[in-house]
Amino acid sequence: MKILVGIKRVVDYNVRVRVLPDGSGVDTEGVKMSVNPFDEIALEEALRLREAGKASEVIVVSAGGDECQQQLRTGLAMGADRAIQIKTDGPLQPLSAARALLKVTEREQPGLVILGKQAIDDDNNQTGQMLAALWNRPQATFASEVVLDGEKATVTREVDAGLETIEVDLPAVVTVDLRLNEPRFVKLPDIMKAKRKPLDVLPLEELGVAVENDLAINTYSPPPQRQKGIMVETTEQLVQELKNRGLL
Amino acid sequence: MSKILIVAEHDGQQLNLSTAKCVSCAQKIGGDVDIAVLGQNVDGVAAQAAAIGGISRVITVSADHLEHPLAANWAPEITTLAADYSHVLAPSTTFGKDLMPRVAALAGVNQFSDVMEVLDERTFTRPIYAGNAIIKVSAAAGSLVAMTVRTASWQAAAGEGQASIEARDASHADSGHTRYVGLKSEGGERPDLQSAPMVVSGGRALGSEENFSIIYQLADKLGAGVGASRAAVDAGYVPNDMQVGQTGKIIAPDLYWAFGISGAIQHITGIKDAGTIVAVNKDAEAPIFEVADIGLVGDLFTVIPELEQLLD
Repeated sequence: MKILVGIKRVVDYNVRVRVLPDGSGVDTEGVKMSVNPFDEIALEEALRLREAGKASEVIVVSAGGDECQQQLRTGLAMGADRAIQIKTDGPLQPLSAARALLKVTEREQPGLVILGKQAIDDDNNQTGQMLAALWNRPQATFASEVVLDGEKATVTREVDAGLETIEVDLPAVVTVDLRLNEPRFVKLPDIMKAKRKPLDVLPLEELGVAVENDLAINTYSPPPQRQKGIMVETTEQLVQELKNRGLL
Repeated sequence: MSKILIVAEHDGQQLNLSTAKCVSCAQKIGGDVDIAVLGQNVDGVAAQAAAIGGISRVITVSADHLEHPLAANWAPEITTLAADYSHVLAPSTTFGKDLMPRVAALAGVNQFSDVMEVLDERTFTRPIYAGNAIIKVSAAAGSLVAMTVRTASWQAAAGEGQASIEARDASHADSGHTRYVGLKSEGGERPDLQSAPMVVSGGRALGSEENFSIIYQLADKLGAGVGASRAAVDAGYVPNDMQVGQTGKIIAPDLYWAFGISGAIQHITGIKDAGTIVAVNKDAEAPIFEVADIGLVGDLFTVIPELEQLLD
């Protein structure tokens, strides 16, 4: 069984993102770019399933310009067998990304597609669910445990009420949450080895997918800031202050 | 005029408060507002939905395969219902986040995630980069507007409504490929974290699962809900459903107590709509003090017992 893993190039999670003064976007000039952390967890899960003998091949796929090959190489260095770049001129909104992933899914016929539950740049949390909808296959979102058993998977999901378990027939889409696993570190020899692994480039037009970014982003602005409050010295003062404000 | 459909979140017995918050968002958009209640034997939940002020109609779809909110079964039904509407809304809880993109994809549109404000009926604001930037986004005329509503940005709609309830048959059969197995909930008797007016949270400084009991005790004394930072959840002190923050629950209590929480941006994102934030931390440099309304530099293991005495 093949596993397809979607990865997205995003601003590294350690970078404090700033909105450009003219509100046209966020400042990404010269900032460190990385694999979306949730997608790293997705890839780690796929690699562990392969290592456990449950999968034969792990393919990483990303949509973007040639710069996203960097993140695909990171995925190969982590241990993916091969990579696919869906070549686009600009960013795709989730529906177009899902349509493009569907085309790759139909070509590759994976038993599982694993993605991060959301990308930490636009925080949309949509692509996996959309792919499952277009593919007409099960979705198991926010996974904290994935158990494969023949033609089905049992997935534990982190939901607001606790931990929900569902069972899905394969093929299926799984999106992963933070506590599924801890991704491995990439070692230098693996980076060298990754350079020789296959990376195919598929232009979006060749897949027959039109870019439909139907939501227009008009302006970016910094979030409203909370004002720094007061400091008290003792617990008594804290309680008094809360009483003064009618909160206790 | 807009015709708005809200997908009710419920557990089969109780309508989730997030539904009434979606109603507030819908009222800001303006127009006719209906609520869809899917499930199995949902008369009780439908009656609760009909009692929210300003609702025109409650539509119920009841079937065995809709008992649990499996997106694979619910999304086709919602998409069919949504054909009569200009907007379809669900709360930005794990329920809505799971369901709504599947609805949007079936309808052939992108979704507005985590809507904070309504600027006009097709223009909204939403957070990106863990709340470090806010974008104004609009949809072209004519297409269905599908969105999840950031519950911390909206008050629950008030008022006594008497909407009519209309039962419909399911239009789609069981997908057959997705099955509900069960839910493990650790919530207990405490107030619900997402709707409690007061929340007491603990962080990594608690040091262990046993030590976390000091947080529960204080919360019980105050009648508060209990939350935790991601660090405390990752360390195994408390279950995942208590996590407050960007990847956990985004909450807006009147009073939020942060004990031993350093205040990583991910955590701040989850509490910045709180009325008043109280922070207690040993480290005077902790970033939590940058957003706290009242800060106290001190050891929580000293401060909490003192608090309990003063509250007696």
